[in-house]
Amino acid sequence: MPPTRNERPFPPADYPVVVVGSGPGGLQASYCLSRLGVEHAVVSQDETPGGMFCRYPIFQRLLSWSKPDAPAERGTREYEWFDHNSLVADEPELQALVPTFMDRAFMVPSRPEMERGLAAFAERAPVVVRYGCEWQATRRDEDGRLVLTTSDGEYRCRAAVFALGVTTPWRSPIPGIEEVPHYVDCRQPPDYRGRRVFVVGKRNSAFEIADGLLPWAKQVILGSPRPVQTAVIAQASVRVRYLQPYEDSTLGGGTCAIDLAVEQIERRGDRWRVSGHGTTRPGPIDLEVDDVIAATGFTTPLLDLPELGVRTVSQGRIPALTPFWESEPGSGIYFAGNATQGAPGLRKHGVGASSPAVHGFRYNARVMARHLAETHLDATFPRPRIDPGGLVPYLLQEATTAPELWTQKSYLARMVSEGGEADIVPLSDWVDNPGARSVCIAVEADAAGAIYPAVYVAKDGDVRERLLEPHQLHDFRGPPYERELSAAL
Amino acid sequence: MAMTDRDELVRSLAGLALFADLRDPDLEAIADPEWERRFSAGERVLRRGLSGGGLFVILDGEAAVELPTDADNPRRLRRGDFFGEVSTLLDCKPTADVVARSALHCLEVPGPELEAFLLHYPQVTYRMLQTVTRRLRDLLQ
Repeated sequence: MPPTRNERPFPPADYPVVVVGSGPGGLQASYCLSRLGVEHAVVSQDETPGGMFCRYPIFQRLLSWSKPDAPAERGTREYEWFDHNSLVADEPELQALVPTFMDRAFMVPSRPEMERGLAAFAERAPVVVRYGCEWQATRRDEDGRLVLTTSDGEYRCRAAVFALGVTTPWRSPIPGIEEVPHYVDCRQPPDYRGRRVFVVGKRNSAFEIADGLLPWAKQVILGSPRPVQTAVIAQASVRVRYLQPYEDSTLGGGTCAIDLAVEQIERRGDRWRVSGHGTTRPGPIDLEVDDVIAATGFTTPLLDLPELGVRTVSQGRIPALTPFWESEPGSGIYFAGNATQGAPGLRKHGVGASSPAVHGFRYNARVMARHLAETHLDATFPRPRIDPGGLVPYLLQEATTAPELWTQKSYLARMVSEGGEADIVPLSDWVDNPGARSVCIAVEADAAGAIYPAVYVAKDGDVRERLLEPHQLHDFRGPPYERELSAAL
Repeated sequence: MAMTDRDELVRSLAGLALFADLRDPDLEAIADPEWERRFSAGERVLRRGLSGGGLFVILDGEAAVELPTDADNPRRLRRGDFFGEVSTLLDCKPTADVVARSALHCLEVPGPELEAFLLHYPQVTYRMLQTVTRRLRDLLQ
């Protein structure tokens, strides 16, 4: 039975760590801290777990897959790669929860199915949260501890984990766009029947709207300065559902995706005028449309954190983070969830990490929790040891099946130290601080779509990179790879 | 409307010789938040021996090219300078580290997108060629 208001957990007080948020990022961070035995409070302005998935996506279907049946058995570590939406846990009863709520109509869950999966995780783990407690301000006290002012009072802590989501509507700086409804204000599709609609933007949320309106609107026009990144989309989650508007555009079927720097949006009676200049094809463009929708993305609600030194990237929308998802080394201001994309990693070949999605940031949370405890709470945790004779097959097994490496390509890596201690580490931190002798293996992808293991060998502070050959079935185990890896080591 | 980070990014690009010939719509297209990168002082931006990098253009701050053979005399890079073009164009591993010497704000054109970028903006290519040619002349003199 849920606690009543009078029995709410975590009253304002001093805690070693405070987690803000009860979306998937906050739930995963709290779970990981609990597994390490780290005492912490969790506060959330919401009344239920799930965060953005209690409201979005507005067309009620996710982009990321969860395959109820897959090459790996459900509930195993290997299966996590095939289930991009469940939070991760060590206990079998907490693993792979989202597929248990899916009706198999699609390989991607509906929004309610995702919400139920997250709620089940929070209930069964359990992740205890003080709901209805809004974080309002932050400062440091005279001892350097963080003080979080909330609607229920003040919390003091040595480190805080902000799992805020990147869910506050953001509009690009176009004159007149203040009047334009944002993605979150999009009406029901039948309301757009027979209308000509201009969507500002050509990324995920823009394509989601265009796809939702295709059966109703007379015409949908998407516009933004940069061309649609077809090579990126071909390997991104958005293609799962939302490429039909782009196909319609390339075939001249009525939908148009134009490369346009919008300079002005004006309300004219019950219509709109959108004007600007073409980018790929230069020249002025003026459009009269019935509706305009700003699919210009979201921002992280950082409140006053920039005053504590939190820098931002992506037009001020995302906190700039260290490889361990801290605002600055030693600041004690950590982030979990979608905002962990603020630690870009190596971005080899321009390939970004999966940190904006559950299947990426759930692993970031595990690494972050341990780093936080070891850095700020003087905790130490033993790592599993690998026998030197089994090192080569172990690394190749990890490259073949480790979900951390597959979801966070070129970003998280399996490291084994000279003493045989094994760990999952942020690759960008390790290549800069490799220690005397150790080895890392990561899964990487190049621009042509080839997927292969990358081995990094550190010796006396110097790092050598060796890329192994791709395999048709992505199975890097067996004698040829063992020989190649042994030679690299 | 208040000036935003995107406005600042566009204006910053407009003030660089590399992009001096481009129109505002082109600058808006290039000012992609996905290409914006920030580094702390001491952080490595380009890593010697690691494949898969891109072309970096410094928008603000200072960096240094650190060669193991010339560690005491690193070449300084400042606003408007670019680096990473050799390893990206030739598809090879960088032979030097580039390290941020202050808070560093860059635009990174990812390696796989560089060819299309240079072909789409020949004015940028021409100015890059001028800079690279100057470097070659200085080396030969």
